[in-house]
Amino acid sequence: MENIASLMHGFGVALTMHHVLLMMLGVLLGILVGVLPGLGAPNGVTLLMPLTFSMDPISAIILLTSMYWGALFGGSTTSILFNIPGEPSSVATTFDGHPMAKQGRATEALTYAFLSAGFGALVGVVLITVLSSWVAKFALRFSSPEFFAVYFLAFASFIGLGGSSPFKTVISIMLGFAFTAVGMDTVSGSLRLTYGIDELIRGISFLVAVIGLFGIGELLLTMEEGLRFDGVKARVSPRKVFETLLTLPRYWVTLLRSAAIGCWMGITPGGPTAASFMSYGLAKRFARRREGFGKGREEGVIAPETADHAAGSSAILPMLALGIPGSATAAVMMGGLMIWGLTPGPMLFIEQKDFVWGLIASMYLGNVVAVVLVLATVPFFAAILRVPFAIIGPVILVICVSGAYTVAGASFDLWLVLIFGVVGYVFKKLDYPIAPMVLAMVLGDKAEDAFRQSAIMSGGDLSIFWSNGLVATIMALGVLLLVWPLLSLVVQRLRPSRDVGATTA
Amino acid sequence: MMMKKALMAATALVAALGISAAEAAWKPSKPVEFVVTSGAGGGTDQFARTVQAIITKHNLLDQPVVVVNKGGGSGAEGFVYGKTAAGEPHKVIFATNNEWLLPLVAKLAFKPEDLTPVAAMAVDEFLLWVPGDSPHQDAKSFIEAAKAAPGKVKIGGSQSKDTDHILVKQIEKAAGIKVTYVPFKSGGEAATQLAGGHVEANTNNPAENLGQWKAGGVRPLCVFAPERMARGEPVVDGKGWADIPTCKEAGVPLEHYQMPRTVFLPGGVQQDAVDFYVDLLKQVREKPEWQEYITRTSQSNRFFAGEDFQTFIKNNEDEGRAVIAAEGWLVN
Repeated sequence: MENIASLMHGFGVALTMHHVLLMMLGVLLGILVGVLPGLGAPNGVTLLMPLTFSMDPISAIILLTSMYWGALFGGSTTSILFNIPGEPSSVATTFDGHPMAKQGRATEALTYAFLSAGFGALVGVVLITVLSSWVAKFALRFSSPEFFAVYFLAFASFIGLGGSSPFKTVISIMLGFAFTAVGMDTVSGSLRLTYGIDELIRGISFLVAVIGLFGIGELLLTMEEGLRFDGVKARVSPRKVFETLLTLPRYWVTLLRSAAIGCWMGITPGGPTAASFMSYGLAKRFARRREGFGKGREEGVIAPETADHAAGSSAILPMLALGIPGSATAAVMMGGLMIWGLTPGPMLFIEQKDFVWGLIASMYLGNVVAVVLVLATVPFFAAILRVPFAIIGPVILVICVSGAYTVAGASFDLWLVLIFGVVGYVFKKLDYPIAPMVLAMVLGDKAEDAFRQSAIMSGGDLSIFWSNGLVATIMALGVLLLVWPLLSLVVQRLRPSRDVGATTA
Repeated sequence: MMMKKALMAATALVAALGISAAEAAWKPSKPVEFVVTSGAGGGTDQFARTVQAIITKHNLLDQPVVVVNKGGGSGAEGFVYGKTAAGEPHKVIFATNNEWLLPLVAKLAFKPEDLTPVAAMAVDEFLLWVPGDSPHQDAKSFIEAAKAAPGKVKIGGSQSKDTDHILVKQIEKAAGIKVTYVPFKSGGEAATQLAGGHVEANTNNPAENLGQWKAGGVRPLCVFAPERMARGEPVVDGKGWADIPTCKEAGVPLEHYQMPRTVFLPGGVQQDAVDFYVDLLKQVREKPEWQEYITRTSQSNRFFAGEDFQTFIKNNEDEGRAVIAAEGWLVN
């Protein structure tokens, strides 16, 4: 109850004309940097940062977080329309979002994405409102073995997703592990797989790889298949947005499950990227009809978007409370906190009540503002697909290339993005799944560090992975998910089944 | 107060005039790039961004200053970038002692001599920290516990074969103990892991553990410096930085371990460009925002340039090299 009172106080702080205007400005700027080539959220926030030094910390953080929300929504937009994920966490949105857009259902896909993202974010904020102090304390119980267990769980829930041969999946995962191993290794402090090439020292950026694999790879395929998007036939009208909105409650199971996954991954803290992949994997596994995933299923958009934003917003408080930024954007904002004279850490909640609760209140308001604003832009963005491919194709290429350049400001990455584009194309042609490779690139490095740190802590004894209730539970869940397909197969064999035909389909 | 400010402004003005007369030789003629050899939000990043903010706020340069992060490979990315920019005085590299220690432990296309030293603007202290609920009230009791169980005590730190790791190895040698070092990605992570009780100690810098200290999550035992730290605001229960004993007082004979905040130029730049930046950084130091930064991060406000800086680098490198060689980490 004390929290509710604090929140009301926070609304009092955040709900001024000045702050609401700042939110709208921030969200619009965010959508802009999220969608436009060559900016991206971290850079946008960095550019805006000096402007905020003259503001009071609450206005400053409201402006910056609103921009962050806007950029996240913008990132989903490019994932769906052009198959270019703006942020790592919107990779899973491309799996079904882009096929939907190609089928002329861009309006629906965008509307589903924004609404479920807004829903996820609100659930996340409600959670931290109610449990803020507990959340921060709970996060402290996580050490390397627990982190490894969380990543293991994410891998386990995603395994067998591609539907293609298991060997191809394994090859794809292994390639992902190899790519993520390039560069400086945290645990040994030495360089790996750099072959004396200076540009490889910083490793292969996941974003560069993804832009190439998805964006350029898709472009190559589209060119081969005859230079057209089906989006031309799309009916674009604000009415369609409204109609889609009314169908959303139909997916309440997916929404709730994904929000729960998102909150769990945000707090534990596995992060939004792991959350969106896991949520997509589980949505597919528990779907009544499994066919159609990857070809434009509504759940395939709703699940990752809900989980992504639920994780993103529920992760903000442990992040502030522990002083560990979860993403590049968050790192820039945390640098800002220090310049405004606030020390991130557990005491922020006690010493800076106005700031913290003003921020939480602004997360409620900012997300509502963001959803309304982005929904208003859906017809506009969906209309982009009506532009002939001869025009939009080169634009996408520009977005890909400049996007890849801004990741590190290195021209070497331009070659990388082209190479990954070809890899993506070849993978698609030979029916190798790309998703496992992407997952391995996002989580492989972290999982490896966590595993080796655990091994150092225990002196090489693997029993550390079931040494306490928490880590044992997560590991058990992971193993259960891993063997689930086998189990269900065995159960079906044992039981004289009447729906054998349905399961083999 | 007003008088003091006016006086400071006047000194700054005089200093500025003095420079414009003496240093007509070199001045930036295009935007200046601050190359940060850490990721956004890290200690080096804050250092560079503070300097940039002060320069911009007080109009110390006619040209704009842009900050770029090149922190890949523990900073190697930024150093290699600085090396390839030889002869270009519009790129300024911000670092720590990793400029001369990193090439010892990792095979890089970069040698410390490839960059031109400009100055060190502050030194960051290292402390021995334990969890808030640790039974150890002083360094002595901690060391004795570590002695009783060789290899069992876990000390967390940021990165491997880097400053924290080298310090832990020096502690082992100085105190005659054997511990297990657990490398994490950053000092922030090491702080959280300590507060959660997953490691028995860490060797974080003051700013990295301040938040957790305030909240009672961690507690400092001693500081690895020849004398106690400057008295600032009290942090917890009326205790402040100056109340922390030096490790030597506390029985760990290790009194020189600091991390400088350093500034470099690419190789092959003319001497008057170096002088220009030394003077610029001196002006930055005189601004109140710099003092604020020093206080907030609990660093020591020291300035080394020219010969002094060379000597500092030499000594620091020799100490580091000794440990690195003894551990068999040397690659060149």
